Amino acid sequence: MAMLKVEVDGQGLEVPHGSTVMEAANRLGIFVPHFCYHKKLSIAANCRMCLVQVEKAPKPMPACATPVTDGMKVWTHSEAAKKAQSGVMEFLLINHPLDCPICDQGGECQLQDLAVGYGGSASRYSEAKRVVFHKNLGPLVSAEEMSRCIHCTRCVRFGQEVAGVMELGMIGRGEHSEIVSFVGKTVDSELSGNMIDICPVGALTSKPFRYSARTWELNRRKTVSPHDSLGANLIAQTKQDRVLRVVPLENEAVNECWISDRDRFSYEALNSSERLTTPMIKEDGHWREADWQSALALVTKRLGEVKAARGASAIGTLVSASATLEEMHLAQKLTRAIGSENVDFRLRQSDFSADGKRVGAPWLGMPVADVAALDRVLLVGSFLRKDHPVLASRFRIAGKRVQQLNIIHSSDDELLMAVANKAIVPPNELPEVLGQVVRAVAEKKEQPVPSAVAALEVPDYARKIAASLCSGKAVGLFLGNFAEQHPRAAELHSLMQMLSDLVGARFGSLGQAANSVGGHIANCLPGAGGLNASAMISSPRSAYVLFGLEPELDCADSAQATKAMRDAEFVVAISTYAGNATEYADVLLPLAPYTETSGTYVNCEGRAQAFNAVVRAAGQSRPGWKILRVLGNLLELPGFDQESSEAVRAELGAQSGWAARLDNRVNGLAVSLGSGKSHALQRVADVPVYFSDPIVRRAESLQMTRDARPPQARMRASVAQKLGVSAGDRVRVKQAGEVALDVIIDDRLPEGVVRIAAAHPTTAALGAMFGELSVERA
Amino acid sequence: MLSAESLKKIDREIAKYPADQKQSAVMAALVIAQDEKGWLAPETMDFVGGYLGMASVAVYEVASFYNMYNLQPTGKFKLTICTCLPCGLQGSLAAADHLKSRLGIDFNETTPDGKFTLKEGECMGACAMAPVVLVNNKRMCDSMTNAKLDTLVDELVDRIGKGA
Ligand code: SF4
Ligand code: FES
Ligand code: FES
Repeated sequence: MAMLKVEVDGQGLEVPHGSTVMEAANRLGIFVPHFCYHKKLSIAANCRMCLVQVEKAPKPMPACATPVTDGMKVWTHSEAAKKAQSGVMEFLLINHPLDCPICDQGGECQLQDLAVGYGGSASRYSEAKRVVFHKNLGPLVSAEEMSRCIHCTRCVRFGQEVAGVMELGMIGRGEHSEIVSFVGKTVDSELSGNMIDICPVGALTSKPFRYSARTWELNRRKTVSPHDSLGANLIAQTKQDRVLRVVPLENEAVNECWISDRDRFSYEALNSSERLTTPMIKEDGHWREADWQSALALVTKRLGEVKAARGASAIGTLVSASATLEEMHLAQKLTRAIGSENVDFRLRQSDFSADGKRVGAPWLGMPVADVAALDRVLLVGSFLRKDHPVLASRFRIAGKRVQQLNIIHSSDDELLMAVANKAIVPPNELPEVLGQVVRAVAEKKEQPVPSAVAALEVPDYARKIAASLCSGKAVGLFLGNFAEQHPRAAELHSLMQMLSDLVGARFGSLGQAANSVGGHIANCLPGAGGLNASAMISSPRSAYVLFGLEPELDCADSAQATKAMRDAEFVVAISTYAGNATEYADVLLPLAPYTETSGTYVNCEGRAQAFNAVVRAAGQSRPGWKILRVLGNLLELPGFDQESSEAVRAELGAQSGWAARLDNRVNGLAVSLGSGKSHALQRVADVPVYFSDPIVRRAESLQMTRDARPPQARMRASVAQKLGVSAGDRVRVKQAGEVALDVIIDDRLPEGVVRIAAAHPTTAALGAMFGELSVERA
Repeated sequence: MLSAESLKKIDREIAKYPADQKQSAVMAALVIAQDEKGWLAPETMDFVGGYLGMASVAVYEVASFYNMYNLQPTGKFKLTICTCLPCGLQGSLAAADHLKSRLGIDFNETTPDGKFTLKEGECMGACAMAPVVLVNNKRMCDSMTNAKLDTLVDELVDRIGKGA
């Protein structure tokens, strides 16, 4: 396309058609003052701060909304431009309270900064200022001082465009305009915290952070989110060795300039009183504090005893999937050096039949940034919005252009984006439905129908999904967390592979945790004869080494895991929080969380992101790699003399080689599809966003949100009717164990299922995340 | 939430726009809803939002932007008097004062018997015939002298008496 010549402040450049004066100026590194303009949001042009002088234009023009025309000449700092900008500033300040000394935004406020450059030193306005009443937007975003709002509507546009839900709006008109949520509603989006960042003034501030520090007192350190597979880049702001706030670090390739509320507010748990800060030893049923030496000596002794009495294979190591690469590496190295092959991090997985048949480490199958360029997508088994909040926004924005999203899942959750076709079926039918799509695509492409799916019927929805996929040029097929946790995960995986071959699409998995890919790179997986995460629980071990997890909440079968821990002879929990480990463990070792250790996460696209500690470890907690290394030393095992986490990582070979290990293909997996139908009620279990790992579970403000409400028994009205229960009834749900829950009617679920969240203490007794259950009135 | 009749009217408005632009009918839908309910309660706006597939807060934005939508319950008759500058220059403020003392209420208040609500309005495009009073958004009364205002109020009281 033809390029347009433009001159800004005397410097010439060429820009593509459709560029604005603001973009042209930015490309030249020229700053145009602005409030409402944000590069990731639509143009509103309502603040008028960006007025510039344009040749032949009779009046100043807003740079953010003025398209460049060929030969245009612009002055951003001429007398006329400055006069216009100062005029706008004077108006903006008329109603703005001068409460900077008590405003949380003070020191990082765009209005404050620009007022220094463009404002007068005294106000000519002496009349009364308007007052805007404060609003309650919920536990995360504070709108206590709405008189500060300058009505740029960035927060409103963020909701509409990025979060996908318009929770804030501007009511009234002229001087009576106000930013509000709908009468009595809170802001519940899982991305809501970003509104705090983009609000150019101190109208929207962080509720948990309010009044705890001034911005200039804070140290800024880079780190990486431990909460989902995206690995959002973060800046932890710290003061006196405490993390007081977390904000995004812009990285266009990963999280752009957004982070989820989970990434942002989970830091509260790092300063929680529940932190385990000293090693503890259980003696005659009583816990006592211990020093590292005696605690580690005890671990060495007891592991030695178990090994001597029952062999090394009686020892199992379970590692959190959000442990760092270095920790995972040393955990598997230690376990293997002891002589056991029982080590795994895939805690919520229940089908391991692909083990030994994988070509490489499963990953997203493409760079994160490519997601937006896909024109057709199939997503199988994913609670996308809650499992991958920021990644979901990429799909959302792509969906507004050409992307067609097709869904196969067991719950039709509101994704806040356009969905082209969907098949919502009980969990046990997922493989068959995917098989139907495979068959439909094969027929459409006039390819031989794979024998595994040859016997399946092709219903209408499968044909529609197939038609959508076949009409694309850039197609992406993704397995979500639910698909990976599925009892027939390997079959789902093989079917995706068939589909990708037929369509010519890339396929991959979204990834369950911060280091799901890293776990494969570090080979934190059972070796020959070893037991995987599920087998270590179902055929219980005598001794467990737990690294960073709470088995009763983080494992695929919470009930079995709890029992295995209780029955074990010896359990050492290396953990940031004591939690329930006090009931079953024998030794507790305080583990430094991600902000207190150096390490590396490998995100879903295979990007290794290393980070350093941002604060000193609390109390006597120690970085995981050090704990494991010293354990290795005390056990007199070879190869545990690394001086730094870098040295640990170096053992994994050159990082450049890791990319070559990413491969989603599995070979030689049998797929046997039946009707899949079952007459019993099936459980659909999600991992609620604010219960996903030990840190978020203890983040106080997140725990007050709507997403953190305790699990209920959700079911379709028709299911409830069959069971003779109605909304609000208390029911007894029986699976492996029994729990009492309230009924919620949710017609987004298919027939024959009850949705009950996992990862929560109130449902842990039920057991496996998948399976049959019964429900009766309590 | 709204009567079948109102929904039919709203459907007719929706039909005027492309199928994926239902929200273009929001203003008409709010008028219809207000005609039925007398005012726009949060539940009503929420319902309209759901019906048109738009966020409730976006409906609220529209409803709060225009004066003629009632976000609070009103009396049986809502009298809106224009107090913009041209009318103001032609005595509308005095006329407003007369109404206030006759009804015993100030702007944005409703008489204790629930008969009248008094509102301040903006230019109704009838500046030449000031003072202008609008009755329940639909009936425009112009050149309102104090005598005419009294007659109007009497007439409306009378209509209430007759069960209007
Ligand atoms: S609250 Fe902040 S972001 Fe929202 S309109 Fe006001 S100034 Fe802009
Ligand atoms: S930045 Fe251009 S008008 Fe606000
Ligand atoms: S100013 Fe009153 S009608 Fe125009």
